[in-house]
Amino acid sequence: MMDLVELTAAQAAAAIGRGDLAARELFDFYRDRAAADELNAFTWVAQESPEAGDGPLGGVPLAVKDLFCTAGVPSQSGSRILEGYRPPYTATVVERLARAGAPLLAKTNQDEFAMGSSTENSGFGPTLNPWDRTRVPGGSSGGSAAAVAAGLAPWAIGTDTGGSIRQPAALCGIVGLKPTYGAVSRYGMIAFASSLDQAGPLTRDVSDAALLLMQMVGARDPRDATSLDYPGSVSLPARTDLHGIRLGVPTELSSDGIEPGVLGAFAASLELARQLGASVETCQLPHAAHALAAYYVLAPAEASSNLARFDGVRYGLRAQDATDLLDMYTRTRHDGFGAEVKRRIMLGTYALSSGYYEAYYGRAQRVRTLIARDFAATFEHFDFVVTPTAPGVAFELGAKTADPYAMYLNDICTVPASLAGIPAISIPNGMAAPPGGGKSLPVGLQLIGPAFSEDRLLSAAFALEQALGFDGRAARR
Amino acid sequence: MSELEAVIGLEIHTQLKTRTKMFCGCELSFGEPPNTRTCPVCLGLPGALPVANARAIHFALMIGLALGCEVAPRSIFHRKNYFYPDLPKGYQISQYDEPICSGGELAGVRLHRVHLEEDAAKLIHVGESGRIHGSQRSVVDFNRGGTPLVEIVTEPELRSPGHAREWLTLLRATLRSLGVSDVNMEEGSLRADANVSLRPVGTSVLGTKTELKNMNSFRFIERGIAAEIERQRQIIESGGAVEQETLHFDPSSGRLSSLRSKEEAEDYRYFPEPDLIPIATTDEMVSAARADIGELPLDRAKRFEADLGLNADGARNLAFRGELGDYFERVLGSTGAEHAVAVANWIGQLVARIGDADPADTNVTPQAFGALVMLVGSRAVSGAAAREVLDVLVAEGGDPQAIIDARGLGSLSRKDGDLATIVARAIAADPSASERVRAGNDKAIGALVGAVMRETRGRADGAEVTRLIHEQLAT
Amino acid sequence: MIDRDTVLHVARLARLELSEEEVARLTIELGAVLEHIETISRLDLEGVPPTSHVIDVTGALRADEPEPCLPRERALESAPEVLDDGFAVPSPQA
Repeated sequence: MMDLVELTAAQAAAAIGRGDLAARELFDFYRDRAAADELNAFTWVAQESPEAGDGPLGGVPLAVKDLFCTAGVPSQSGSRILEGYRPPYTATVVERLARAGAPLLAKTNQDEFAMGSSTENSGFGPTLNPWDRTRVPGGSSGGSAAAVAAGLAPWAIGTDTGGSIRQPAALCGIVGLKPTYGAVSRYGMIAFASSLDQAGPLTRDVSDAALLLMQMVGARDPRDATSLDYPGSVSLPARTDLHGIRLGVPTELSSDGIEPGVLGAFAASLELARQLGASVETCQLPHAAHALAAYYVLAPAEASSNLARFDGVRYGLRAQDATDLLDMYTRTRHDGFGAEVKRRIMLGTYALSSGYYEAYYGRAQRVRTLIARDFAATFEHFDFVVTPTAPGVAFELGAKTADPYAMYLNDICTVPASLAGIPAISIPNGMAAPPGGGKSLPVGLQLIGPAFSEDRLLSAAFALEQALGFDGRAARR
Repeated sequence: MSELEAVIGLEIHTQLKTRTKMFCGCELSFGEPPNTRTCPVCLGLPGALPVANARAIHFALMIGLALGCEVAPRSIFHRKNYFYPDLPKGYQISQYDEPICSGGELAGVRLHRVHLEEDAAKLIHVGESGRIHGSQRSVVDFNRGGTPLVEIVTEPELRSPGHAREWLTLLRATLRSLGVSDVNMEEGSLRADANVSLRPVGTSVLGTKTELKNMNSFRFIERGIAAEIERQRQIIESGGAVEQETLHFDPSSGRLSSLRSKEEAEDYRYFPEPDLIPIATTDEMVSAARADIGELPLDRAKRFEADLGLNADGARNLAFRGELGDYFERVLGSTGAEHAVAVANWIGQLVARIGDADPADTNVTPQAFGALVMLVGSRAVSGAAAREVLDVLVAEGGDPQAIIDARGLGSLSRKDGDLATIVARAIAADPSASERVRAGNDKAIGALVGAVMRETRGRADGAEVTRLIHEQLAT
Repeated sequence: MIDRDTVLHVARLARLELSEEEVARLTIELGAVLEHIETISRLDLEGVPPTSHVIDVTGALRADEPEPCLPRERALESAPEVLDDGFAVPSPQA
């Protein structure tokens, strides 16, 4: 008898392919696990098993972040303003994956409109970290990360704007990949910050990430003007050494403000990389220190505009008994949006408002140029940039909700790649104790590559993963 | 106080005649039931993304090139953020500081820019709803939302209300000749706003300007601007200051009312639309747009003048109303170009009868019209009788010769003994006039000719009648 | 940094009603965040072009070909208030 929960998605797909496992059996197994979820990882779970299709993904069911539109299925982006909203269409990437044989299992919890790093900003309650239920799973794709880590879903997709795939993957001890901007269609993703949002896989291991990503990229989506034909291809990684690979360690992103436990794990992994044949040297990203500031101008600015459509006219919440149009708008948005979303709308509106545009938005766009240049210069001498994914391990629920900027600092290592639009992957990098001591928690290692280097990135990540030998079973019990 | 002069600028919005909307595949709507031409994109549903319509860009380039604009090799879309129920996304996708075309000139008026954007939906006020007591409701129909629009902005170089009207007529004809828009003001496919300010003659400072919104005919634009100039003149002459505001002109009362004043001015928070990539205008796109531009009204007027001998006004009257120019040229196809002046004059008669209608949509076929002009030319029918034939053609259609025969409207000439008899009767009936004509007073002949014309109901040829009178009085 | 009046002005632009408590809290929070953000005002950005789009792609246009529209019932199904086959709202003129 197979222990289904211990199969990776790739192993499950192979078992289905061999005829050792029925796709329906796998779906029902996970449906039952998801329905019994105690982490609040889901906002919706399928009731019926879909017709078994035959695609390269073998029928292995997929958990999908709430913000992907799914026809007839609640798609609320973690917000009360969209409570119960069932769109009339399905996001391109969800449709592609379903066609490729990954049917929709469940929708996962997230920070409201993907704004957050802990999933505590969800309008439907926080998700708990399966390694320690008093702690957050990271965010904003915390539901997807927790579900995969806890074995409530074989694999999942999320979105990453400034770290929303990589950071929860790190905090939950799984793999998360943010592809090159434009590689995956954004059509049907409820937007947070359009110039940064990108969908990607959250999986148990690097092979699963590659398997899923293969089906997410490809021909450009004619419905998304910012998507492109993926140059090259993504293959299943097989390499187990790092000979000839030049890793750059930016001093700017691997020292200040990072927990000692995380730094310790990071240093150990760099040593391991050397043993695998990689060269490891420091590199410079001189403007990385300004990335967070630029990000917290650009993302809220775009968000303030993207969220203007939630006005109570065509869908979603509407405040009752409005005295006039203005009253309807302002009360609907007051009642429907949570505190963090309001904060970002205010910040973004301010940054775009008359008299402030050049000082904030204009400057932030120029900083973005400098950060992209920093990476371009670095990639002339290095294959990948390596950093810790997050500055710390999973923190306790409520620990950072009172201080917005402390929460924003979670993104410090992930935001630079987002601004540059380049791919980055987080893989489990062992465990470390939180600063105050206590049970050890997962740590993530981030590899950043040039645009469209996903295949090489996965290959290097695979080699490290094999050598690291992370054991995630504890979270699935 | 020194004399004041008006400074007028125009902002024109024209709906493009593409098949589908600016950023989605919904077909454009022409009176379909409400909310039947929508999709996730033009309803602003969460997650939907815009993709620009290639033909709309082609049309915008045609407009820019026809107006002599400079085409930007790279232009971008911006978001113009404001809340209104007819704006589903909470922002309009428009162009801001990098428009697709800038500069240019039409008939001496320089253009500031030409850019692409999307139209708003239609908001219909329905009054008090039965369901929600005491509350005024409006209803949004998104069929029109997302229709491609080109905005054309002039420099403030129009000198008078009449000049504005005349220039707009030419612009409309130019757009029409390009085939990129229906340019129908009543149906809203052409809309114009005007900026008006006054300044002392001879100075170049610009006074505080006001904006006149959404006037739906050329006549109202002319009247609205005139009313606004007068209003500002009174304010300035009584020592007051004009306030910057947006005004609405009510043509029935002739009054201007304020829509919103400066205090409430919106802050549109423009920023580059991240969902759309820059438009890179390639040489191929420019060549393709240029190739689709036919003869423009100004060139056509020049040709009518130079090649067909029309006077300047006549040539412009036909060329600036493209449908008249088209009809004119079709008529010449049957009459030959040598009759151009006569045909042009008779089109004036036709316009007096059909007003703003396109002659191609009336009962008068170009063949019938040409035949009528030829009959007048050969004196087979008099001018007055021909006008009667034209009345019949407009009302019922048909063939001019058949109408002349059926109604006995053919010219009475020397060959008809009748005409000589009628002339003789007129002379006999008015001996005093006859005597004065005999005495060499040529003016007196008018009375006799008039009598003959009355008798023949205008069918007689005037020259022939005059000749017969002289002939009979000389014997 | 940012004062109460600015917070109220921005809230109005964003069509957000804020309670007294929210106004007070946002004034402090936004001020603190802006203080961090303003580090970029010290950078020398002379001659650095702004990045609006990280990807180098142009010409992704749509052919002018119709696609099916949503049936009206689908378009209206999530609307909070429907009147005369349209989306009803309080009249802006009222």
